Amino acid sequence: MKLNIAIGVAASLLATTVIAHADEVTIASWGGSYQAAQSKALFEPASKATGITVKQETYSGMSDVKLQVDSGQVTFDIVASGSGSAAHAGADGLLEPLDYKVIDVSHFYPTTYSKYCLGGDVFSTVFAWNTKTYGDNGPKTWADFWDVKKFPGKRAYRNGVAGALEPALMADGVKPEDVYKVLDSKEGIKRAIDKIRELKPYISVWWSSGAQHAQLMKDGEVDMTTGWNGRFDNAKADGAKVAYTFNQALLDYDCFAVPKGAPHKDAAMKFLAEISKPEYQAELPKYITYGPTNKDAYATGAISPEMAATLPSAPENVAKQLPISLEWYTKWEATASEMYQEMMTE
Amino acid sequence: MQALRTNEAGLRQDGRMERLRLFGLSSPALVLILVILVIPVGWLFYLSFVGSDGHFTLENYARMVSQRSYFRIFATTFRVSILTTALCIVIGYPLAYFLSQVPTRVANICMIAVLLPFWTSLLVRTYAWLVLLQSRGLINTWGISLGLWHEPLPLVYNLTGTLIGMVHIMLPFLILPVYGSMKAIDGNYVKAAANLGASPRRAFWGVFFPLSTPGLFAGALMVFILCLGFFVTPAVLGGGKVIMVSMKIVSNIQLFFSWGAASALGVVLLVLTVAILWLASRLLKLDQIAGRGH
Repeated sequence: MKLNIAIGVAASLLATTVIAHADEVTIASWGGSYQAAQSKALFEPASKATGITVKQETYSGMSDVKLQVDSGQVTFDIVASGSGSAAHAGADGLLEPLDYKVIDVSHFYPTTYSKYCLGGDVFSTVFAWNTKTYGDNGPKTWADFWDVKKFPGKRAYRNGVAGALEPALMADGVKPEDVYKVLDSKEGIKRAIDKIRELKPYISVWWSSGAQHAQLMKDGEVDMTTGWNGRFDNAKADGAKVAYTFNQALLDYDCFAVPKGAPHKDAAMKFLAEISKPEYQAELPKYITYGPTNKDAYATGAISPEMAATLPSAPENVAKQLPISLEWYTKWEATASEMYQEMMTE
Repeated sequence: MQALRTNEAGLRQDGRMERLRLFGLSSPALVLILVILVIPVGWLFYLSFVGSDGHFTLENYARMVSQRSYFRIFATTFRVSILTTALCIVIGYPLAYFLSQVPTRVANICMIAVLLPFWTSLLVRTYAWLVLLQSRGLINTWGISLGLWHEPLPLVYNLTGTLIGMVHIMLPFLILPVYGSMKAIDGNYVKAAANLGASPRRAFWGVFFPLSTPGLFAGALMVFILCLGFFVTPAVLGGGKVIMVSMKIVSNIQLFFSWGAASALGVVLLVLTVAILWLASRLLKLDQIAGRGH
């Protein structure tokens, strides 16, 4: 009995010491159902486990980080970002290099972490089609997406260069594994853009957000669009007549980064290490159909085989897809964007 | 003689002091203008010459010359703004005239209808148009089921949709000043014209219309300038086909992570706008017209 009390006192003492040393991190993400999912699956449980207090904010992207870093008023410790803009921001000196001695990425998919950016979830840029328009014989490849004779109907396409050129080259007959080799020159980029120019008369909307392309499919405004798989799953759950395939899709990931001069940098690294563990990653798909970046999440048993089959990072789905090359985006995105804009404004 | 001169000098000094004191009274306004207008615009101007490496550069302007898309984006911006202004005049002027002629009580009720959109979020109104105009939206569904047309009309995700949305949002900015200047017109002028044998049409165009032009020009100018900076409505209703300068500014910030590229666009838009206003004031003798009304 005495022993029990002693243990109890020791434990509560220990607890108070933990709280006394407790750190805090401010995390900025995109808001909406995406941040809600992150919060429930990752931030709240990890905060409980580590004792690190989490303050959440929403932000509008790396330009906010740029503003904070430039003015020396950094308040974010961790930001959720697209992989491409994180790579860009890292190259521009806006981010802290991540400490992989603290963060264990040994079981991550190798393409889902980099010097400045730690994958948080895997998503796919896919083509989706209206099942009412095309019945069971929907498009199967990007070439089909471009085939307006076989698949007549209105298209929607991305209003920017991210994830827009790779499909065009695959439709033009380039093998997935050669796509980034071809794109590694102005001529290659022009070839992709010319292919989109070919489809342009049939593109009735250039979408700018995930909410938008989901809504376009829900309303039946277009018959086919490119977009992010999770949004189509949500639209389908809401009754939209939409289907998509992982075949020839682009495997991409959202990631976490630490702004340069973050006030709680060490706590941020610790926190990132915690939320990268498979047990947290396995929880995320319950709230949004984006897959874990840590392969071990599939071994925790929390992800059922049926659910796994629907996730972008399920091994059999990964095999069908082309992983996004961040090196290409860092090197070419600005140039390609200007060329893309030329095509769009013609 | 001596006393007179001293008096004169004293008066002159008094006058100078008074002018200085009166000028001093306007100093808070001057400081305000300096702080909220001159400094930010100067800062914008400075930033537009700074490259992403932090050094002086002309690349932000060179890009605009070498890429034809920039020219087209500016052309679109001005085309959309001019069309919106013209449509606002065509719809808003008769409406304001109607409001100025009906009894005040009726006019007040109608005015609420004009002002109501002001109290609704711009975003909500824009999305409401989307719901109405899209191919399976209310207008197309009704039109087709009534047999008025057979294929959905392309009313949105193009220039048409953008103009519909922008005219709706801009209309109050035209109607209010026009209505104000119409209400200030003495009805006896028109009666006098009629008394002198002018037909109603002649009396309107010869007397009423010229007297209402100050409000018309003020309203048109306000609509035009607000249109130049529009973002939400063309972004949502234009479907990526109507790209205006404001949208390019946003994408430049996100793309190049440099305020310079975006600032240069802002500077060019500002210079072009000032140039157009100057030209308009020369051609339309804006000052005279504005001066004559009051």
